[in-house]
Amino acid sequence: MARRTAIVGIGQTYHCARRDDVNGQELINEAVTRALEDAGLTMKDIDAIVIGNMDHFEAINYVDGWSVDGSGAFMRPIMKLTTGGTSGMTVATAGYYHVASGFFDVVLAIGWEMNSSSDTTAAITTCCQPLIERDFFAGAIGPLAAEYTAYIKRFGATEEDAALVSVRDHNNALNNPHAHLRTRITVEDVMKSPVLCYPIKLLDMCPRSDGACALIYACEGKAEKLAPRPAWVHTIAGSRDFVYMGEPFQHEELITLERASARAYKRAGITDPLKEIDVMELYLPASTTGVKWMESLWVCGRGEAPRLIREGVFNMDGQLPVNPSGGPLATNPIGATAMIRVGEAALQIMGKAGDRQVPNVRTALATAFGSCSWSDVTILRDTKP
Amino acid sequence: MPEGKPETIFDVVDKAGMLVQKGRIKVPYTWAAGKVASKFLVGLRDERRIYGIRCPECKTVFVPPKKLCHKCMVEMSEWVELGDEGVLETFTIVHYGEPTVHPVQPPFAYGVVKLERADTGMVHLIGEADLASLEEGQRVRAVFNDIRRGHYLDIKYFKPV
Ligand SMILES: [Zn+2]
Repeated sequence: MARRTAIVGIGQTYHCARRDDVNGQELINEAVTRALEDAGLTMKDIDAIVIGNMDHFEAINYVDGWSVDGSGAFMRPIMKLTTGGTSGMTVATAGYYHVASGFFDVVLAIGWEMNSSSDTTAAITTCCQPLIERDFFAGAIGPLAAEYTAYIKRFGATEEDAALVSVRDHNNALNNPHAHLRTRITVEDVMKSPVLCYPIKLLDMCPRSDGACALIYACEGKAEKLAPRPAWVHTIAGSRDFVYMGEPFQHEELITLERASARAYKRAGITDPLKEIDVMELYLPASTTGVKWMESLWVCGRGEAPRLIREGVFNMDGQLPVNPSGGPLATNPIGATAMIRVGEAALQIMGKAGDRQVPNVRTALATAFGSCSWSDVTILRDTKP
Repeated sequence: MPEGKPETIFDVVDKAGMLVQKGRIKVPYTWAAGKVASKFLVGLRDERRIYGIRCPECKTVFVPPKKLCHKCMVEMSEWVELGDEGVLETFTIVHYGEPTVHPVQPPFAYGVVKLERADTGMVHLIGEADLASLEEGQRVRAVFNDIRRGHYLDIKYFKPV
């Protein structure tokens, strides 16, 4: 049986398009220092470290060793994990596993990226099978565009529905001091922004950011002493799927998210996620995914998401606020993006989310996405599992 | 890049006292297609035919073919000759250029084509098409390059029929 484990500290850098004032190790250290401060700990208290990013983005292939200056791993166990877009949640999950297994009591998990080091879209393309789809796949935009095209056709959703998601997340980011893009926008701004891949426009798509995030996990017995209101990990679930983009035949759905969230709800005893979850921090790489993937999270039936979005159900003052932080549409240091989802969900549980705090959060859900097309789900609560 | 300079770092830029170094790592790779994909690629090259492969357990016909069914974890060996026509399941129109990766200039369309007798879709370029009037569900046919070398792009694109 796993040990009960909670998040007791969260640290984030500020995020922007490029940090020329720090190198990668120094960037990592900013997040680590803040997480330690948040938990009232020093490096002496850390038993093990897990770190991850998209290593081809910086062309540094042994981040575990290379990062020691910033991560604090000198003479400590550290391991690197990388799983694409989901890396941040994979690293967070490993932090949880380290503690839950009973091998370590207090563990530091770090996600980071300096996207400014390279051409993100060209680098991301290396995820594709080199002989088959790599030539025109070229990054994350095209496949996401093609799946929303299919969704529009099947359910009568509109480009404006996606724009509403973009407006929600961008404007939520105004309340988040860590967010990269903090500009108030309107549906008209989104609709007028340049088309990248029809139907996805510039303001529908996440930016590339430089930044880092660190989380501290602690075991039962220590967690309660380190945080007045620890964010207890109730469950983590993940699903992976196909190799080729043509293989899944339901482009209107995200099957990995359906399966992962269904498994997570079952383990957490959730039967009506719309009512039982207080806030969601979702890895939405494009606003279009904030429409169609809501159905894959079981908060509504097929084709019903556009109506809920038009009604504002997922706005800050709605029934189920989504992305109070602004989500990846506002901030996207890729190897940290999914960890920030977990961190922001934890802040909501701990009541430390500042201007972006949703009142009375008892249950929070975070997701991670990587193409093609992986999903991870984490559920946190203010009570022990 | 200037001739004769080392390839890893080729420029240093001073941005108000913060130095950034511009570099490039060029690493040649040799990617094995394997027995199964080789047969598919040879089919494109020598026969202008598209071959799929059927899973003995779930009966799914995969194209591009692969050795292992990801659902059943069994090896596949039953080859299926597919038609060169199919249905455009979904598509996008790319408006940005990624010159180091894209084989053609934007704007261009690519999509998922479900060929006759196949159960999975094949991602490919859509050509000879009025991009503004492309529609899901329309029939498309493979157009092969005159010079073929055993590459996925031996199919030049799919065009509306
Ligand atoms: Zn099978």
